[in-house]
Amino acid sequence: MSESDPRNELPAADELERLVALALDDARGRGAAAAEAAFSSDVGLSASVRKGEIDTLEHHRGRDLGVTVYMGGRKGSASAGALSEEAVRDAVRAACDIARHTSDDPANGLAPAERMAQDPPGLDLDHPWQISADEAVALACECEAAAVEADARIENTEGAGVSVHRGLHAYGNTHGFLAVLPESRHSIHCVAVAGRGEAMQRDYHYTVARDPAALEEARAVGRQAAEHTVARLGAASLSTERVPVLFQAPVAKGLVGHLVSAVSGGALYREASFLVGSAGTQLFPGWVQMVERPHIPRGLGSAAFDAEGVATADSALIDGGVLQRYVLDSYAARRLGLATTANAGGVHNLEVAPGGEGLDALVRRMGRGLIVTELMGQGVNLVTGDYSRGAAGFWVENGAIVRPVQEVTIAGHLGDIFAGIQAVGSDVDRRGGIHTGSILTAEMTVAGQ
Amino acid sequence: MSQAEAATVTADPLRDAEAQLLAPAALDEAGLEQVFSRLLRPGVDFADLYFQATRREAWVLEDGIIREGSYSVDCGVGARAVAGERTGFAYCDEIDLPGLLDAASAASAVARGGASRRLEPFRAASGHRLYGADDPLASLGADDKVALLHRAEAAARDVDPRIVHVVASLAGAHDTVLVAGSEGGWAADVRPLVRLNVSVLAAAGERRESGSAGGGGRYTYTRLVAPERVEAYAREAARQALVNLEAEEAPAGNLPVVLGPGWPGVLLHEAVGHGLEGDFNRKGTSAFSGRIGERVASPLCTVVDDGAMEERRGSLSIDDEGCPTQRSTLIEEGVLTGYMQDRQNAGLMGAPRTGNARRESYAHPPMPRMTNTYMLAGPHEPGEIIASVDRGLYAVHFGGGQVDITSGKFVFSASEAYWIENGRIQHPVKGATLIGNGPDVLTRVDMVGNDLELDSGIGVCGKEGQSVPVGVGQPTLKVDGMTVGGTQA
Repeated sequence: MSESDPRNELPAADELERLVALALDDARGRGAAAAEAAFSSDVGLSASVRKGEIDTLEHHRGRDLGVTVYMGGRKGSASAGALSEEAVRDAVRAACDIARHTSDDPANGLAPAERMAQDPPGLDLDHPWQISADEAVALACECEAAAVEADARIENTEGAGVSVHRGLHAYGNTHGFLAVLPESRHSIHCVAVAGRGEAMQRDYHYTVARDPAALEEARAVGRQAAEHTVARLGAASLSTERVPVLFQAPVAKGLVGHLVSAVSGGALYREASFLVGSAGTQLFPGWVQMVERPHIPRGLGSAAFDAEGVATADSALIDGGVLQRYVLDSYAARRLGLATTANAGGVHNLEVAPGGEGLDALVRRMGRGLIVTELMGQGVNLVTGDYSRGAAGFWVENGAIVRPVQEVTIAGHLGDIFAGIQAVGSDVDRRGGIHTGSILTAEMTVAGQ
Repeated sequence: MSQAEAATVTADPLRDAEAQLLAPAALDEAGLEQVFSRLLRPGVDFADLYFQATRREAWVLEDGIIREGSYSVDCGVGARAVAGERTGFAYCDEIDLPGLLDAASAASAVARGGASRRLEPFRAASGHRLYGADDPLASLGADDKVALLHRAEAAARDVDPRIVHVVASLAGAHDTVLVAGSEGGWAADVRPLVRLNVSVLAAAGERRESGSAGGGGRYTYTRLVAPERVEAYAREAARQALVNLEAEEAPAGNLPVVLGPGWPGVLLHEAVGHGLEGDFNRKGTSAFSGRIGERVASPLCTVVDDGAMEERRGSLSIDDEGCPTQRSTLIEEGVLTGYMQDRQNAGLMGAPRTGNARRESYAHPPMPRMTNTYMLAGPHEPGEIIASVDRGLYAVHFGGGQVDITSGKFVFSASEAYWIENGRIQHPVKGATLIGNGPDVLTRVDMVGNDLELDSGIGVCGKEGQSVPVGVGQPTLKVDGMTVGGTQA
């Protein structure tokens, strides 16, 4: 985006700092024992094209403020889609009003002062993309054209898009912690459509990065989208049986995400997880390692401190297949009698240690079974661990793909899936806060026609 | 907060909206004409401005304590210019003339030359009003809101000592919108929305199961305070959790499936609803593209989308382009009769507008979306439908669903289901995902009950990153074969 456009300018960092300080002072003035404030300002541009023409051109410019006050053990929160002194004061007043009606809860409050990030490292997260709306449109057109040219069976598209984003985020609390971080995130995507009528299929590809220089080339994104889409042509269901399942890296991230949810504080203190009390137990085969690495330069999930200001650090989640700790913010930690794990707001670059085999090798190792490339629906019950989701992908016989598959479900128990993992691929997908290669699991029930 | 700042309630949403959205910025007709003159660059077919002010709150009770209370305000304006298939969109999060002019310039940059349209004189739209304008947030004192949540918890715990955790939440929103269009549209709406939800966890021995229920609509909290209403939600949540404590493994494979009335109508939302939204059909990417007049369901199936139902969660007096909502028949006795449209897609397809333009907020452009989507009642007694099944599944409550509108494949996940054998309901089975093919599944509906129900007001629909409240409904119905995703092959 072009810096000359006034719509694309972020406010100065010290202006955000001033407003955060104002919110904290105002909260104290209203009798709050403690308070925290998170303010942000975002600008961006999304250009999407279809059939070589602009489909939508969206300019984003959002501002948000959120304040939480603690009146003794009572908590109140308020937010506004604005950044001004008046909006700050109104929000603080509203939060204080609310705190008069919530309950005294000894677990409420800021994270411990000694855990605040002192001198947080810069993680190189801000890389503005100097691209005009016209250039973004042209790039998206290139991406789409590459998809259409890649294969004659791409008869239509849902379009290609380029999205450019920059944000400035400030967090402060009454421990005296205050930090303002700029960050950027850019992406290119393409959704291709192949075939007609009842045989029609669509699939997509995308690339996302902090630094535009780290994005895949637009034409490569289009070609990948085309490749994924035509590979689905002729997909059919399967007969019902129990077979091994290979979750391709982009959907394998979801499996790891279910683990994170099931060992997260909120689910644990409410006993709403099948992994209550599982710290220190063997959940995976002994070779499985998962480590959170929050300080990866330019990482999409990188953060020097969590949403409560707590300093982050490298930390194992799974070591030797054993759960080392839970995923906690300070509230859940106090409810559980534990210490926060700097996970307010989620995990930061959780990496599943990759194995030495690429996707093809995993397919050969599986021999006969289902590769899953798409999962549908919300059929994951974290209370019981029961898992049942719609799936699409490829059927494998004798270590090679035989045909595309759709309209099947895969079902099992998350505990069994985790314990039965056979291999993690070297094809790591780093597009997000969880980094993993493809995951080959033991048998699951695949249901079809 | 809520009580102090309650908007004055008058009989006229347009006057309210003008006073709340335009007056503080001293925006008058001359100012708006200036904005539209920027939006209507040569080649722009139409343009609109969507002014909005929203206030929301939420209260959460967790095991006896009021753990969370939150309040939020948001106000802004979205500017859109449409030139053929192109849409330019920009927004500002404060309403003032300089910001609007900037947004208008940015949005109209999609124009590539062509005919120049003039701004037509604004005409106040007339139409129905399906709900009151009263502010839900101010309809009850904070102590009474909190008391409502305690009532819900007590009712859930009263059901059975195996109910070990209860979370109850109350949410309310008061939304004022004003839409000004280059074609003369000038319409406003004041939209209340409330919802109460109860989730419980039941435990017996090593087993734990959850249940949840709730409801709401476009009215104030006073409706939720009515005797027995929250208690009914709480008991329903507890009942589900207790049933699931007894659930056995679910079957896997292709089976007849009987769906209960009401919320299982999420079937229609996923299987056919999304595929009948105008944008996908204009682009030819829906499994239903070009199929108007064709048979897509059994003759027992008539499916409508009705945004004009009083006080329903999915209802709107006007859509987000200012067009009055209506009841549209999507499938009539099995034949596809129409798509859901917004201004742009209706124009490009030469179809009538149906009042289905919706947007999450001023910061998102509108697109065709569902409102309240349901199937009309049929001839069968629910009992005879179940009795007709030799071996199959009876699914009465669902989590959510998802669809790939291009391949037509859709899923929805049962959270309460029973095994049927020899025409009789047997034991409960664990939740399982059902998967089917949208253009095909309704052709397999061979019995439709006479017990049409609408859901209780809990639905949220997501599309392209935008969430909007929706409703669904259906009578009991039977699909003669669907893939059931249990573990017991």
